[in-house]
Amino acid sequence: MAASASGAAPALEVAGLSKRFGHVRALRAVDFELEAGESLAVFGPNGAGKTTLLRVLAGLLKPDDGTVRFGGELLVRGNAEHRRRVGLISHHSLLYDGLTAAENLVFYARLYSVPGPRAAAARALVGVGLEERAADAVGTFSRGMIQRLAIARALLHDPEVMLLDEPFSGLDQAAAATLRQLLGRLRAERRTMVLVTHNIDEGLELATHVAIQVSGRFVSLGPREGDLAAYRTRYAAATARHD
Amino acid sequence: MIRLLAQAWAIAAKDLLLEFRSRTAFLSALVFTALVLAIFNFARDPTAVSAVDLAPGILWITFSFAGMLGLNRAFGLERENHALDGLLLSPASRTALYVGKTLANLVFVGAVEAIALPLFALFFDVPLWPVLGPLVLVIALATLGFVAVGTLMSSMAVNTRFAELMLPVLLLPFLVTPVIGAVQATARIFAHRPFGELASWLKLLAAYDITFVVLCTLIFEFTLEE
Repeated sequence: MAASASGAAPALEVAGLSKRFGHVRALRAVDFELEAGESLAVFGPNGAGKTTLLRVLAGLLKPDDGTVRFGGELLVRGNAEHRRRVGLISHHSLLYDGLTAAENLVFYARLYSVPGPRAAAARALVGVGLEERAADAVGTFSRGMIQRLAIARALLHDPEVMLLDEPFSGLDQAAAATLRQLLGRLRAERRTMVLVTHNIDEGLELATHVAIQVSGRFVSLGPREGDLAAYRTRYAAATARHD
Repeated sequence: MIRLLAQAWAIAAKDLLLEFRSRTAFLSALVFTALVLAIFNFARDPTAVSAVDLAPGILWITFSFAGMLGLNRAFGLERENHALDGLLLSPASRTALYVGKTLANLVFVGAVEAIALPLFALFFDVPLWPVLGPLVLVIALATLGFVAVGTLMSSMAVNTRFAELMLPVLLLPFLVTPVIGAVQATARIFAHRPFGELASWLKLLAAYDITFVVLCTLIFEFTLEE
């Protein structure tokens, strides 16, 4: 959100994004910009439209109105090059339980036309510390291991923008700490990230910017300022006003 | 084009590997096939209707419903962990997804047919060897059309609440033409009629294949819109 010193276009630019499902307005004129390396945490209660926002950013949903630009380029749904720029980590793993960890990653590497899919999958497994479980079926993995593998899947094609949908959902404390470490590494790599969650305790430390989304609208947006307690108070006030 | 084929093959290989590991749909289709053939065999009165007259209809009823078990599986396995989102997020084109799924379904249905055919010959005492060439041609043509339309319908049914029930409802009306063509052609083959008598039915099957393979490839991407 800080103006780029080089005058280059923002890594992610969202303008007037709106989406309606029947009479429900899931997104109402959402605007924000992120420079490379910035990360936005979007907090909001269930049904606030957070997942819809990520699905639109990922190109999985067509907005009714508004635009999404990656590095100044307008997102065109169906454009393979645009899909290549995005990685999505969801509370669903998008993995196949019947395949091994390595087979899942090789499959996705082939879909993304990553050169040397087997070697790329092996590197990705090392990156999330799962190299010793490469030959095990995903169906035998714990929730934490599945989430680490999901991160490896999302990073296989080296995306510029990472979208994270409730990534801590269902994780125990140890697994959540490991995930936080991995996401911290992504931030250190200066990847642009958008993280959505209903749990304000999660993800705040990873964010450079924070938004609160209620009923499809960003009721608060700005650089991260203050501690967790301050954001809890702000979040409670924002959600109470819109109840 | 090479990238499209590579992505389609990756999808087909993944589907076949998953089916090879679980064998759920394949074993269900084989048990169903054996059961249908056994029931028809014991239900018919051999003194009233000859096996050759009944056989074509029974063969294609068996193939059609056994094949449907495999088609249900095609997109059903993408519901697990929302894997379909993973496919749609990737730069693989929707055409690659359709071609990959169709390829996997062709192998699946072809494998079921390859096992069902000797069983059918056994139960109905139909000598297959002398008619194998033309019979395989008819099966290949009818199966291609059936799978092309079935894969499209499977993608439409997958997001409905009762996907397993929806698929036959959507698919059966489209199967009338290829099944009639296949039954008529198979009847003439079993009756050892000259090849010329088959030609019109083979042309019908080929025309159906060309029309629906092209049509289904073109409209597939719209079935995945939310």
